[in-house]
Order: sequence, then C-alpha cells, then structure tokens
Amino acid sequence: MAELTVLQAVTDALRTEMRRDDRVVVFGEDVGKNGGVFRATEGLQKEFGEERCFDTPLSECGIVGTAVGMALYGIRPVAEIQFLDFIYPAFDQIVSEAAKMRYRSGGEFTCPMVIRAPYGGGIRGGLYHSQSSEAYFCHTPGLKVVIPSTPADTKGLLLSSIRDEDPVIFLEPKRIYRTVKGEVPEGDHPVPLGKARLVREGSQVTLIAWGAMVPVCEKAAAEAAAKGIDCEILDLRTLVPLDEAALLESVRKTGRAVVVYEAPKTAGFGAEISAILAEKAIEVLEAPIVRVAGFDTPFPYTLENLYLPDARRVLAGIEKAVGF
Amino acid sequence: MAGTLRPARTKQASEPGPDGRAELGLLQVIGADGAAAKTVEPELPVEDLQRMYRTMVLIRTLDERALKLQRAGRIGFYVSCLGQEAAQVGSAQAFEERDWIFPTYRDPAIALHRGIPVVELLRQCFGNARDRVRGRQMPVHYAFREIRFVSISSPIGTQLTQAVGVAHAARIRRDPVVVAAYCGDGATSSNDFHAGLNFAGVWKAPVVFLCVNNQWAISCPSAKQTASETYAAKAVAYGMPGVRVDGNDVLAVYRATKEAADRARRGEGPTLIEALTYRMGSHSSSDDAARYRPSEEWEAWKAKDPIDRFRRYLARRRAWSEDFEHEVVAGASAEVQAAIEEAEGTPVPAIETIFTDVYAEMPPHLREQLEELRRAEAAGRGEEEKGEFPL
Ligand SMILES: Cc1ncc(C[n+]2csc(CCOP(=O)(O)OP(=O)(O)O)c2C)c(N)n1
Ligand SMILES: [Mg+2]
Repeated sequence: MAELTVLQAVTDALRTEMRRDDRVVVFGEDVGKNGGVFRATEGLQKEFGEERCFDTPLSECGIVGTAVGMALYGIRPVAEIQFLDFIYPAFDQIVSEAAKMRYRSGGEFTCPMVIRAPYGGGIRGGLYHSQSSEAYFCHTPGLKVVIPSTPADTKGLLLSSIRDEDPVIFLEPKRIYRTVKGEVPEGDHPVPLGKARLVREGSQVTLIAWGAMVPVCEKAAAEAAAKGIDCEILDLRTLVPLDEAALLESVRKTGRAVVVYEAPKTAGFGAEISAILAEKAIEVLEAPIVRVAGFDTPFPYTLENLYLPDARRVLAGIEKAVGF
Repeated sequence: MAGTLRPARTKQASEPGPDGRAELGLLQVIGADGAAAKTVEPELPVEDLQRMYRTMVLIRTLDERALKLQRAGRIGFYVSCLGQEAAQVGSAQAFEERDWIFPTYRDPAIALHRGIPVVELLRQCFGNARDRVRGRQMPVHYAFREIRFVSISSPIGTQLTQAVGVAHAARIRRDPVVVAAYCGDGATSSNDFHAGLNFAGVWKAPVVFLCVNNQWAISCPSAKQTASETYAAKAVAYGMPGVRVDGNDVLAVYRATKEAADRARRGEGPTLIEALTYRMGSHSSSDDAARYRPSEEWEAWKAKDPIDRFRRYLARRRAWSEDFEHEVVAGASAEVQAAIEEAEGTPVPAIETIFTDVYAEMPPHLREQLEELRRAEAAGRGEEEKGEFPL
C-alpha cells in the first residue's frame, strides 16, 4: 500500500498497465516530455520511450480518430483529452465511430480504447475548464462511462478500463486530483466496472453521487448525522453500465433518494437515476426524489462556489427528503 | 518507378481534354484510343489485367441490377459507383493482402477485387440474417474483417483519421502494413481530412490517401467545395506529395497508387492522390442529379468511360476478345442473379441482433430491454414499417 493522490493513482495505473501489456500506448497533447498539463503522464515517456507515450498535434478529432484506428489494429490506445471541455471536436469520432464500430460492423471490427479526461469545476476554470458533460456520453449506447472518486478506485477502475473490450470514457475529477489522498494497493489490483461502492451505510436517505460530489456528500452526511439524520452514500463509479441493483437495494432500504451531480440539472445523469427510481421503486419512496445539481447555465467563473453543489445545498436536499 | 509523378502545384485545367491527352499535371497511361504511353505503362501480367477488367464489369453489373432492385422496392436504398470503376480497381490492385482499406460507400469494387463474393454485398443490402453487419446499417455500408476492409460509416470523412491510427499502430508493431484511406472530393472539407492529413504528415504514417474526385458532393460542385486549384494541391500544406491522376484510367491510378504504397512501405510517409473522375449516376437512389447538373457534362464524360477505355487497351495487348467479353459479362450476370436469389430468400435477422454487439457482453439494462421486446413481440407483432431514406 502507498498513500497516493487521485492524480498519482492515474499515473500509477498507466505505468502498471504499460508494464504489464506492451500493446498499451498513451498519447495526447503535451503528455510526452511535459508529462501532461496536470502531470498525469509524468515519467511515462522516460520509462517507455516515445513510441509508447507520445505527443499529438492539437486536434481532439485527430487524437480520438487515430485512437480508433489504433484500437482497430489491435493495440490499446489510452488517449488524453486535456480538459473534458475540449472534447467536442472529437465528439463525432466518439459517438459515431468508437461507440458504434462493434455494432455497425457486426463485430467484425471493435474499438477497445480509453479516453481519459479531467472534468468538473472547483479549480476556478470558468466556462471552458470546468464542465461535467458525462451525460452526453451516457446517452450514447456502446460507450462505458467511468468516474472514480478515490485514489484506489482511480487506479483499479483505470486498469479495468484499459482491459475492457469496449471504448471507455474515463473522467477524472480534477478538483480532487491533489486534495484527496488515500491508500492505493501496489501492483495489479483492478476494480471491476459496473459496480457501485457503498461509501457509508445509513437508514433514512440514500445520497447518490459520483466523482468530486462524493466527498461533498460525505461532508453533508456528517453534518446531517449531527442533526440526527442517518444517510447512506452510494458512489456509482460506473455510470454506464449502471449498477442498478445496488441503487435499488439502497433506496428500497432507506425509502428516500437525493441525487447529487455538478452538471446542469436538466437532462443530467441524475435525471436518469430519478427516472429509474420512479419506474422501479416508487412503491418504497417516502418522499419525492431530490436532485441537487449545477444550474442550467454555462459554468460561471467568479461565483463557481455558488454554482457547484456544496455540503450546505446537499444538506438542504437531505432535509427536504427527510422532512417530507 | 519513382520520378514519374508530377507535383500537385502545377497550374492545370479542370479535366482532361476531349482527345484524352493529358492536361498539365494529370498522370495518364491509356489514351482515348487504348494506346499506352510506354514510359509510364506499368508492368502487370495479363492475368492481373484481366482480373481487373472482370472486377470492373462485375461492379457495373451489380450497380445496374441493384438500382433496379431499389426502384422495385426490393432493397431500401442504393449507391452506385457508375463511372468510378477504374479509380477503385486501379488502386485496389496496388495494395497487398496485409494492407488495410478504409473505403467510402462508393468503393464496393475494392471489396470485390479483394475476393469478397457479390452475395456478401447483397446480403448487406437486403439486411438479412446472413448479412455480416446483421441488418444494422443502410445498404452499401459493408465491413469485411478478412480483407481488412474497415466498416463503412455514414458521417463523411471519419475514416481518414482512423486510417492514420491503423498506420501508426502498424508501425509501432513493426508490421510492413500500408493503409489506403479513400474519400470523396466533398470529404476534403471535413475536420477529419485536415486532422488526418496533418497527423499523417507529422507522424510520417504509411498511408495513401485516395481522394476520388467525382466533381460532385451530392449537388455541390467542386467550385463551391474548395478554393484550391486542385484537391491534390492540399497535400503541400501537410508536407506530403500530392499527385493528380486521370481517375478513368485504371493503369494510371494503379501506377500512382503503387508508387505511393511503395513509398509508404519504405517508411517515407504518406501521399495524397487525387483521382479525377465523374459521378455518372445520381448521388444515390434518393437523389435526382437532373435537378442540378447540366446534361452536357454527363455526355462529355460518357465518352471517357473507364471500362471502354480499358477494353481498348486490353484489345491492343491481345488480352481481350469477343469470347472473353462474353464470358466475363455472362459470368457477372450469373453471379449477380444467383446472389440476388440467395439474398432475397434469406430471412430477416433475429430480434436479439438489435441488442447484441453494443458491448462485448450484454449489460443488464440491455438484457432487460430485450426481454421487454420479446414479451411485446409474443403479444403480437406491430405493423412492419417501410423504410424511406432521404439521402
Ligand atoms: C458529416 C456529414 N455531413 C453530411 C452528410 C450527407 N452526405 C452524404 S454524402 C454527401 C456528399 C459527399 O460527397 P463526396 O465526399 O464528394 O463523396 P461522393 O458522394 O461524391 O462519392 C453528403 C453531404 C454526411 N453523410 N456526413
Ligand atoms: Mg464527390
């Protein structure tokens, strides 16, 4: 075990998998000598050479398009998009190509590849360095969408993502890149995709979250506990495919659900969670499902702390659910 | 062979003259009368030449029949490559078995030339239970793993960056593979064209970009597609050679492609080839070119038919006779006819093919949706809908 940050866990996972499987290549803008603008690929070019860790021209369309080709050929591309906000030029390659290759070719061609991207607010990044656009990808059949919230999960889920036979969008909560530390097992310890993590057991209300909202929920749950409210927290970890069994089990137990996400509220992934609960667990619900989310606006700069759900807003959501 | 290709920057007219004489910068081998320019005539054995001719006749036969099938409502949609047979077959002949092909929807002759039987194409057009892609795509969106003919996409241009990815991966693996990346003239305006050529130039990737310039992108003529003098000229900005060939001259296309492929295999990087041809048909079965295209243009290009031209060449080489023609034409008709019968007689794909191949393993939510559909089907099948494709 080593104490690592989320960011160090990313590097550890890449290094571990590159050592284990010589088909794995890592590339993107500034990932080589510079080790990435967040340093997620620090030291990889030095250890594995320029053929395994390399810089690309400044084109997300090109990065993902060539990644699709590399995957088709049979090597394992792990492409970095510098910020999730800049992934849109690659949207066509992700949505029309990587996601549909297996299906549209009847399995003749497949695209096992990972696109890593730092996402989310909280670093004073303004409109274009803060977005949480996971829902776009969740809405695309053929993609898996993975978001860790702890260093151990970051490493374990990234290992599984690289080994997966399908394209994975791996979103890294950059707000907690360096602020969250934790024990990370050394060597090869994959965490399976499609399994949620029970962060905290509780009996009165389930908080459902992913990425950087998980620690926010933990803080809110601690404050709620001080007020005598017992919260359960479920970290989804993989949004697609969703661990629906864990979600339903928890809400059937608590009878209340608060979904917390930092993306704009409307049509965010929390809306899907709410719909699933309404379809499959309405009989156990003792209160309306509550969504605590970002606002339906572009992401603001100066007032980002008011935009992002914080413990105070989550607590208000909890009280709304419990006090119904 | 090196040294016969002319640079892309030369000022040139828009098309070869009516006598078939090469205009500035446009590589030609076969003249209008079938005579070859000896200095550039490739050394191909007669069997190869005859095989190329067979593929060209076969695709023309298929196109003609398939359009009729579409008109009769027996298949939903079709894209003909009438007039562009030489661009496909000449280039396909230049690649090796291990090479990868990224085709467009207008390049089916490449699959035929690499050994795929017509029936495989028709199974796809009928979208039946034996269709490789399991009835999931509109007609002409083929995929054949065994000949490395990569799944055809509808979005224009997306294959171009992917081709560079395959080439780069092959080089990392030290495999002497060359990648053929086909696109139309319209596709040169796409993001992926720019990104693909730029990445290929920077990485010196073993790719041959083949821009089949049929002068139209649906109703958009080249004059409204680009302000470049030629499509080949775009290569200059990406640091690779740009070559312009007569796309109705199968041997010119072969020669230029072979040189580019050899160059790529030697590790000298990518080439952009512009094959100038003409789309003799409408864009697709859903389009009517008469709405936007002058008929004189069509007449002029009819006189430059690539199959007629190649036939004259073969005849001069004593590689063609009336008997041979009869055998080739009859063989093509028989193969297409038998393929139609098989493909039309095959049932539609099973219900679960809606849900399989989304992921390597079917996740629980898809399993649930499949079961839901099965129950609904068991309770009574809904009205079959007729497909309309406004493309
Ligand atoms: C991204 C995208 N935009 C628009 C279309 C609709 N469309 C289909 S084919 C086509 C024209 C393509 O022209 P070109 O690249 O010259 O190929 P050609 O059809 O002439 O072979 C258009 C606009 C599409 N398929 N994809
Ligand atoms: Mg065109």
